[in-house]
Amino acid sequence: MSDAASDIAKLPARGALYPAGVPAAVRLAGPWIALALLFLLLPLVFASGSALTMLSLMGIMIVFALSYNMLLGETGLLSFGHAVYYGLGGFLTVHAMNAVIRDGLPVPLPLLPLVGAAGGLLFGIIFGSVSTRRAGTAFAMISLGLGELVASSSLILRGFFGGEEGVSTNRTKLLHLFGLNFGPQIQVYYLIAAWCLVCMAAMYALRRTPFGRMCNAVRENAERAQFVGYNPQVVRFIAFSLAGLFAGVAGALAAINFELVNSAAVGAEQSGLVLLAAYIGGIGNFAGPVIGAIIVTWLEVMLSDVTEVWQLYFGLLFIGMVMFAPQGIAGLIMVHEPLWQARAYGSMLWLAVTYLIALLPALVCLAGAIVVIEMTYHISVKASDGPAISLFHLTLDTTSVKSWLAAAVLLGGGFVLFRLTWPLVGAAWHDAFVEARGAGRAK
Amino acid sequence: MLELVTISTLNGVLYGMLLFLMASGLTLIFSMMGVLNFAHASFYMLGAFFGFQISQYIGFWPALVIAPLLVGGIGALIERYGLRYVHRHGPVAELLFTFGLAFVIVEIVQMVWGKGPVDYRVPQSLDFSAFTVFSTNYPAYKMFELLTAVAIFAVLFAVLTRTRVGLIIQASLTHPHMVAMLGHNVPRVFMLVFGVGTGLAAVAGVIAGPALVTQSNMAAALGPILFVVVVVGGLGSLAGAFVASLLIGLIQTFAVSINLSVADVLGRLGVAPPTPGGVLADVWTVTVAQLAPIIPYLLLVLILIFRPVGLMGTREH
Amino acid sequence: MTAHVRTMLFAAATVAVTAMPAAAEDTVRLAYVDPLSGGGASIGEIGLKEFNYLAEVTNANGGILGRKLEIVPYDNKLNAQETLVQVQKAIDAGIRFITQGNGSAFAAAIEDFVQKYNERNPGKEVLYFNYAAVDPVLTNEKCSYWHFRWDANSDIKMTALTNYMKTRTNIKKIYLINQDYSFGQAVRKEARAMLTAKRPDIEIVGDEVHPLLKVTDFSPYVAKINASGADSVITGNWGQDFALLLKAAADAGLQVDWYTYYAGGTGGPTAIKQANLPDRVFQISEGVANEPYAPAQEFEKAFRAKVGVTLFYPRAVNEIRMFAQAAKEANSLEPVKIAAKLDGMQVTVYDGGDGFMRSDDHQFFQPMYLSKLGPISKDQPFDEENTGWGWKMTGRIDTKDTLVPTSCKMNHPS
Repeated sequence: MSDAASDIAKLPARGALYPAGVPAAVRLAGPWIALALLFLLLPLVFASGSALTMLSLMGIMIVFALSYNMLLGETGLLSFGHAVYYGLGGFLTVHAMNAVIRDGLPVPLPLLPLVGAAGGLLFGIIFGSVSTRRAGTAFAMISLGLGELVASSSLILRGFFGGEEGVSTNRTKLLHLFGLNFGPQIQVYYLIAAWCLVCMAAMYALRRTPFGRMCNAVRENAERAQFVGYNPQVVRFIAFSLAGLFAGVAGALAAINFELVNSAAVGAEQSGLVLLAAYIGGIGNFAGPVIGAIIVTWLEVMLSDVTEVWQLYFGLLFIGMVMFAPQGIAGLIMVHEPLWQARAYGSMLWLAVTYLIALLPALVCLAGAIVVIEMTYHISVKASDGPAISLFHLTLDTTSVKSWLAAAVLLGGGFVLFRLTWPLVGAAWHDAFVEARGAGRAK
Repeated sequence: MLELVTISTLNGVLYGMLLFLMASGLTLIFSMMGVLNFAHASFYMLGAFFGFQISQYIGFWPALVIAPLLVGGIGALIERYGLRYVHRHGPVAELLFTFGLAFVIVEIVQMVWGKGPVDYRVPQSLDFSAFTVFSTNYPAYKMFELLTAVAIFAVLFAVLTRTRVGLIIQASLTHPHMVAMLGHNVPRVFMLVFGVGTGLAAVAGVIAGPALVTQSNMAAALGPILFVVVVVGGLGSLAGAFVASLLIGLIQTFAVSINLSVADVLGRLGVAPPTPGGVLADVWTVTVAQLAPIIPYLLLVLILIFRPVGLMGTREH
Repeated sequence: MTAHVRTMLFAAATVAVTAMPAAAEDTVRLAYVDPLSGGGASIGEIGLKEFNYLAEVTNANGGILGRKLEIVPYDNKLNAQETLVQVQKAIDAGIRFITQGNGSAFAAAIEDFVQKYNERNPGKEVLYFNYAAVDPVLTNEKCSYWHFRWDANSDIKMTALTNYMKTRTNIKKIYLINQDYSFGQAVRKEARAMLTAKRPDIEIVGDEVHPLLKVTDFSPYVAKINASGADSVITGNWGQDFALLLKAAADAGLQVDWYTYYAGGTGGPTAIKQANLPDRVFQISEGVANEPYAPAQEFEKAFRAKVGVTLFYPRAVNEIRMFAQAAKEANSLEPVKIAAKLDGMQVTVYDGGDGFMRSDDHQFFQPMYLSKLGPISKDQPFDEENTGWGWKMTGRIDTKDTLVPTSCKMNHPS
């Protein structure tokens, strides 16, 4: 008996990434300090103007997607109109900035996202009081209706929404502190990064409070949550308002970055984008929306340079994720967590090798699919441009049978080979888990 | 004034019937499977484009039959291999699947037919004026749309309430497990319903295509209104969808012709106008016509707050 | 298992497929920022084709200051923030000249961005060439030294139109119908003001605005036009708002003259032919293909042979020609110097006649033409969209009769 007890004591602590003996404070603050350092040093690697813009956009999207996940991942509320709080926070911020400039108030720029937060919270409370009476599909429909309502009224309330052109401002005209006028993009990046860090820490902390746990409980089984003594509607309402608050901060940061907010910020597309980002990243995990925000922002900016049918690829990616990986990218990574905890490094390495082996034919199959899509697009819409297209640094003739045959071979052959690797990966997976389970026993 | 009312009523009923053609399929699917098919408007658009393409080769009337069958077939396949697969991941995943599907269908249509409008015309046999109301001609094609929509409603109602298949469908609505235990192939019923639902949307597309502009943004234009109709009418009620379509069609058509603004009403009561440039000033000058696109969403939000089952719905969520 | 591999490989493939365009040293690059995907793509792509053709022609004639002109497309996805991101990308790639035209909201965003960018980055200025965004505010309240507009703004078009109407005694009752947004509102406001000033005897029997791109059935509006007894309609509608309006009018058998801004846009002539309204739809524009001005007709012929569509933007021809000329006169490709040469430049325009880029507000003024769509005769070689109908000139408004005042107070760098 004592053998087993001492064996158990020797097991690595659950969730331990550090060796035992590291003080709790370091364990808690460590990742955040590392993150802060990362944010600080990123511009040294990605220094060009558009890279800084991209990083700024990612920072904004991270806050937005995390706020969305407070609703979807934590509380189980699927909202199709979350951009309303993002956009309204942004509008209030630009109006506040213009008021500060006009009246010469001594308010420095870094404080402005507080306006966005207040605005997001206010509208979250107002709209949340009617939206959160129901959950499930009814809630989703209300959010859709509210979103469309606000987006449509943007053309009517021209004073606030600025009509089609939106409302613009100048971020360099506010009070300058420490000689920072926030003209250069690098200064804006650091402002966004700082706020992003603060919001991330806040939302992470919120998750771990009893309130956060109750949100999870309401997500799982609202009736049981009632038995424990909490009113699910109140829980949802508070979660909704707080999600609105953080979405408002994201909107304010976007307003500062672009110096322009228009009605697209409250629109259905913006709502759809944040849904995509959170879902692709993985809604069951805190890091999921962060990953999703980074990927979706990057794709959105760069993909349209590469192909004109980027929206099709987006849609296919989304459907693929829904069908085959509904837990998102973060979920896929976390599937390997038991292996990591059991320190089954050997089999993990072999697993990674089998992944790579499976990756090669999959890439070939994907290349074939891309060729088919691009050639079809070229033939049906751009035939007047001539038969040749340039893809993967090669020129292909869309009218020749050879090109189509090559594409079919890539697609079909790649898929067949891919399928052949599945048993290999399956076996490696099985071995890895056996080893992981074995490590938990006497060893 | 009378002319305006008559024309608006006729047009409102027509627009409502068009909405109903689409909403009927969506209601069926929603009430059967609890899945809100976001891609429904995209199937409507597919129907329009298929109708256009087929009518280029063999004419409008064959297209009216073939295009819905094709689209219905595609819908059934999507249900079998897509939706059913996603079902195991939960209701959120199903919803998101149809969401992504809507997107992809629009993109494929753009890829094949381009982004501009296509020349889909009213068939020669219907291209005349049916009658003249006051001094405005009323095209025969619009009467045809009206008659088709009413006919479909009648057929659907009859099938659902009088035939065996219809009774099984109605039973699967509330007691799917029981129906399965009785030996009926519930998944096959689902596939059939999905196929028929999307086929109905395609019929709406084939018919509406020549009247409206057949373009790849058709789905986005009518999609949100469709959901309003289904939810307002009531989840699970075909009669409710009929009533809601008519209601929304009439409201939108009438609202567009009314130029009354807040200023007109309150101004007559002696209320002073607010200072220009602010939010209140915008609300002051807004006319009912400008509000017309918003009214359906207002209705949606109000119904969902006060009567979530819809006007005539039977199923609570 | 298959799924996350698939996701990883998609991301990897995207990286692999991303091709970085290599910037050649001896080219002058012009960024074309317009919608190239989604709803506005059909218009954006046609503009791109035209600019690419113009680049070819320019390069065949020696290019810009000896260097080849290259058009670099950027997709703005009909989104103002995305427009700014793409402009930033262009600037980052070393491009100093931006051109755009579809959507005044995006034009305003670009103009604002360029003004701020040039202020904050002296020595790295960029220029913005606007070829189609017609909101007057861009050369009035929001004007900028770094912005040049080659399209007649909507006030200029209305000035030209109403000057044409001054002598048309057959017009007695006018109905206004427009889209409810900044452009539509500008059209109706100026129409009322200018008609009252120039032809006070004309009765404006209706003034309607409808939601932008949302109306699917225009029959109630057509019924109202009919009831009002109007003989002419002025409308700024474009795209499906124009096509559906005409469809409803044809269905109802409405017989009026249509004075439009954008009847010649994609799909317009087809809609007019379908509605069977020969010689009743007029358009105000800066060029008419069937005008017997030889150089323009030759250009149009060659363009249609190569590209297969109508030359929608004669003003783009002016833009590129003046760009090349400014570079030659300044003997430099520095934006500041080119801007100085463009400021106040006088040229013979593409369609014949004199034009100039006004120094006060960087608005280009040129002769305007009123034309109508109808069956063409043998000596009119150009029809539209294979309908057999073409644009025929009915009136020419000289440059000096198109002038409008400006409230612009821009800073000219010394």
